[in-house]
Parts: sequence; C-alpha cells; structure tokens
Amino acid sequence: MNRSSIATHLILICGALFMTLPVWVAFATSTHAPETILREGLQIWPGGHFLETYNEVLFVEGGVMKKVTATTMLKNSLILGIGFAVGKVVISMLAAYAIVYFRFRLAVPLFWIIFMTLLLPLEVRIIPSYKVVADMGMLDTHAGLIIPLIASATGTFFFRQFFRSVPDELLEAARLDGATSWGFFIDILVPLSKTMIAAILIIMFVVGWNQYLWPLIMTTKEENYTLVIGIKQIYQVLNEGGELPQFQKAFALTILATLPPVLVVLIFQNWFVKGLVESEK
Amino acid sequence: MSGVQLKFVRKTYPNGAEAIRGVDMDIKSGEMIVFVGPSGCGKSTLLRMVAGLESISGGDISIGDRVINDVSPSERDVAMVFQNYALYPHMSVRGNMSYGLKNRKLDKAEIEKRVNEAAKMLKIDQFLDRQPNQLSGGQRQRVAMGRAIVRNPQVFLFDEPLSNLDAKLRVQMRIEIKRLQRRMNVTSIYVTHDQTEAMTLADRLAVINDGLVEQMGAPMELYSNPKTLFVASFIGAPQINLIPVTFDGKTLNNGSLKLAGFKDLPENTDLVLGVRPDVMTQTTKGQLDMRVDLVEQHGGENLVYGALQGAVNDEGEELEICLKGDKALLPDLDAALRLSFDPATAFVFRKNTGERLL
Repeated sequence: MNRSSIATHLILICGALFMTLPVWVAFATSTHAPETILREGLQIWPGGHFLETYNEVLFVEGGVMKKVTATTMLKNSLILGIGFAVGKVVISMLAAYAIVYFRFRLAVPLFWIIFMTLLLPLEVRIIPSYKVVADMGMLDTHAGLIIPLIASATGTFFFRQFFRSVPDELLEAARLDGATSWGFFIDILVPLSKTMIAAILIIMFVVGWNQYLWPLIMTTKEENYTLVIGIKQIYQVLNEGGELPQFQKAFALTILATLPPVLVVLIFQNWFVKGLVESEK
Repeated sequence: MSGVQLKFVRKTYPNGAEAIRGVDMDIKSGEMIVFVGPSGCGKSTLLRMVAGLESISGGDISIGDRVINDVSPSERDVAMVFQNYALYPHMSVRGNMSYGLKNRKLDKAEIEKRVNEAAKMLKIDQFLDRQPNQLSGGQRQRVAMGRAIVRNPQVFLFDEPLSNLDAKLRVQMRIEIKRLQRRMNVTSIYVTHDQTEAMTLADRLAVINDGLVEQMGAPMELYSNPKTLFVASFIGAPQINLIPVTFDGKTLNNGSLKLAGFKDLPENTDLVLGVRPDVMTQTTKGQLDMRVDLVEQHGGENLVYGALQGAVNDEGEELEICLKGDKALLPDLDAALRLSFDPATAFVFRKNTGERLL
C-alpha cells in the first residue's frame, strides 16, 4: 500500500467514525443502568442491561410512556412511513401520467404550478392544513396523519421526467394492441417504472418516517405517537416524578427509530441505485 | 383479406403545416405497396394515418368497405411493425406477442396456438421465454413481426422496419418479409426511404414527394417510365445522370455539348436530360466526353464517375456523371472516355415543373 492510499484510507476511516460513533455511543449508553449514565455520562462500551432496557421499552406498559410501548409507536411510525411512501408514489405516478400522456389544456402551466409547490414547505401551510384536517374530524387518525402529506411535487417531477423518456412507439404499439389508457399504465408504464418506484419508495419512506412537526400537532393521544414524537416526549415523561432520569430508554428509543430506515436502505440498496442510474428501455 | 382505399386524404397540423395534400390510392387485397420518398415527404404520416396514430384532416380511408376515419387504432384490424421495434422491454417474447390478443380477450389456448405458430414461422420459437434485451437486432425485428402476425390483421403496416439493422441482415430480412407476405397474402403497406428495399419488395410503388403521390406503379414501370423528374431521380441506383439543357429546334445544348436525335421539344425553355448510367456505353463514336475521376468496383460491375466535358451544371461547375459497366471497365484516373447512348432510352423533363416531355 503506498502513502497516498494510506492517507485516503485514513480520511475515509475518520469520516466513517465521525458518522457512526454517535450512533454507537447511543447504543452503548442504552445498554447501561441509569445510575451509571448519571454518574459517568455517555458510554463507549456496551453494558449489561441490554435485554432489560429494550424489553422494558418495547413491551412493558409504562416503560417509556404512561401507557403505550415502543412497539405501538413503531407500528404507528411504520404506518406513517409506508402510507406516506405508497401514497406519494401512487398520487405522483397518476399525476405524471395525466400530465405526460393526456394532452389536456393547461397541462404545462398546471405542471409548473404543481412544481412550484416544492417551494412551499409543510411549515408554511401547516395552520390551514391543520384546520382542514380538524374540520374533517381526522385529528388523531392515521388517515389524517398521512393524506395531507402525500401530494408530492418531487415525485410527480421524477415520474414526469421518466415517462417522457419512454419512447412514444411503446404507447403506439400498445394502442394498436388494444390497450386502454388504464391498461397501458398498468401493463406497460408501471412495470417499466419498477426501479424508479423502488427508489422513490425508499426515499419517501425515510422522509415519512422522520416526519416530526406534522405528527406532533396532529396527534394528541399517546397511542397515536410515532417513534420520533416518542423520543421528544420521553424526556418530559421520564423527568416527571423526581425519579432517576431514564436516559438509557431515551437512547434505546433513538436506536429503535433509526433501525427501520437503515434496514430499508440496506435491503433495497440495489434497487435504489438501479432506480437512480439505470433505465431499461 | 381486404384492400385499402384512400380518397383525397389530407393531413393539416394545427399550426397550418400541410403534411399530406390530397392522396388518392386504391390498394388491392393482398397487395404489397411501398411508400418511398425523401425524409419529411409525409410517407410515415400517411402510414400512421392508416394505422390511426394520426388523425385524418380530410378525405376518407377505408379498409375493406368500412370507412375507418373515426375508428380507434385497435379496432381497425391493422398491425404495425415499428422502426425501433417498440417491444415491451419488461415482457418476454411470448408476452410481447400475446399482449394484443389478451387485450382482445381471446382464450388462452387460442393465444398459445397462434403465438407458437407465428414463432415457428419466424424461427423464434426457441426464444419465446427470453426478454427483448437478450435478443439481437434481427431477432427483435422478428418478434416485432411476430407480434403483428399473431393478430391476424387485415393490413400489415411497416414503418421503416429494417433501418436499424446492419446491411447483411437487412437483405436477409427483406427477403423474408417478402416471402412471408406472399405466403400470408395480407395487404401490406411498407414505408422506406431505401430505394433498393422499395424496388425489391413492392408489388406497386408509390413515390411520395411533399405530401403528394408523384407516381404509383410497378417498380420497373417507375424505373423505365418515370412521369416526373423527381421519380426519375429518386428511383434507380446509381442515380440517373441529369444534365441541364436547352433545345434549339435541332439539338439539346449545354455549353459546347450538342446532342442530336431529339425532336418535338419546346424551344427556349430550361430542360433536363436524364440518362441512366446503365444505358450508356463506352465507344469511340459517342455523344458525351467524360474525364474519369473515380472508379468504384462493386465486384460484378464497376461504376465510373467523372466530369462531363463541355457542359456545366446550374452553378456553372463541372457536371458529375456516372457510367455503369462490367468489371472489365477499368479506365485510368483522368482518362478521357467517350460515351454513347440511344436518345430513345433517355428522358427529357421540363425543368421548372419536372414534367416529363420525352
């Protein structure tokens, strides 16, 4: 190994440590008893309370929140993440299909209007959105949590670009083959967009999973908390009553919250990369 | 089987551009018609209008005795083979061939039977379960044809189907298409810009220029009896030699070139003399002098290119002409050749209208 490659590796190792050490510290700390953490601070090496902590967080009522366990929050987060991702893909594919293949009037200005909503983050419309959802009686429901978020300018844009690159002859061949508009979409476009769908699903799952502000104002009952909200709430709960602060549980919850997105990306990374770089047309 | 009639068919785009300016055509059942013309002449547009992929702005198209102007493409009972094959990339060969039949709600056994038959006919039966991206260009082309055949349509439409293939394969597939069409005896319309393909495939050829049919007829008829300058220059390879001339009552003149043997031509108008490269022969006593600048050896025959002496083209430059001879014809560079031709085998056109006079 020559010197420059040693230097390169050193830089890479530093970078890797920089990224992963905090996660490791959080994990190691979560396996210690609360007394140790209070006395000695963050821990580098794992302690002996792994099963105890995680069991209490995941399965014991009152372990983290007053009533709900992390399992319920995990479930809520999964529903939000999956619903958010699937909803976005479905809505944006249909929107892009309409924009690209149906030459209705004002299609182009409409597309740009949709695209411009990218400039408006959720925070800008959060009060009107809240009002609408509240008036429809959807507060504290999964539907209320997901539906207002699924319209997606980014997704629509990606699918529009992808559909535009599909050769026109495929549409023409399908028309001669007697495919209906719906048939062409389902039989030809959706399978062709497979990798694209996978990539967007993954990105959107992670984005949905990490939603903070919207679930925070949408959910008032504990049983609807997502993991991300749970992390925020746990400090309040744990600090009440003058007991020892249960930092190990907070860290355990953090680790649990990072696991699913990491797993999704790890498992689907091949698809993900394919979706971004490859197109089989 | 049924024929196809086009009655004063027009296509005007919303921006006012006229792509097809009134085409009349009567294609008989089982006939193979080739549309040939330069790019942008409207030949593909016309084909797509028959397919239903372009709307018809005026006139009627009928298949059999049914006017199909407002019939959707899938109900016109036509099948089309595209230039880039347009295979569904995610479906197997079998899937590609059966998709149209599935949409027609045929029962499974019938679909299976038709696909297998077509695949056997096209010699792609061993590829039925492969994906299109595992096939070569020629095999993809066969699949595209198979997809058309299984439909058992009234009319086949081919849109430059061979232009993505290499030269050798193109010849092979050309022969196969012809054979297949003969055997199935399905009315076919074939669009190409390649005049060899056009000549060899067509029962009748329609030369299209600028949205109009210049001339329609059997390939040899068009070759030996073109009605217009455009047809004469488009049909035939190597291209016909065109020499701008004027007539003074006795001879056709260009510079010091004087050609006798022509009569009944208008005087004082710009004319064009057309002489096919293969009707000229090298003799000691001829009408044309040529200075050789290139000899192309094609194996069985040689093409000799050179400047026609004593005459100039419209820009006042040397006039390049071509002579076709056997493989023994191997003049040196810059050699002077004397060529003769029988005036009866030459064509004379009016220059401004392109109309044939002799």
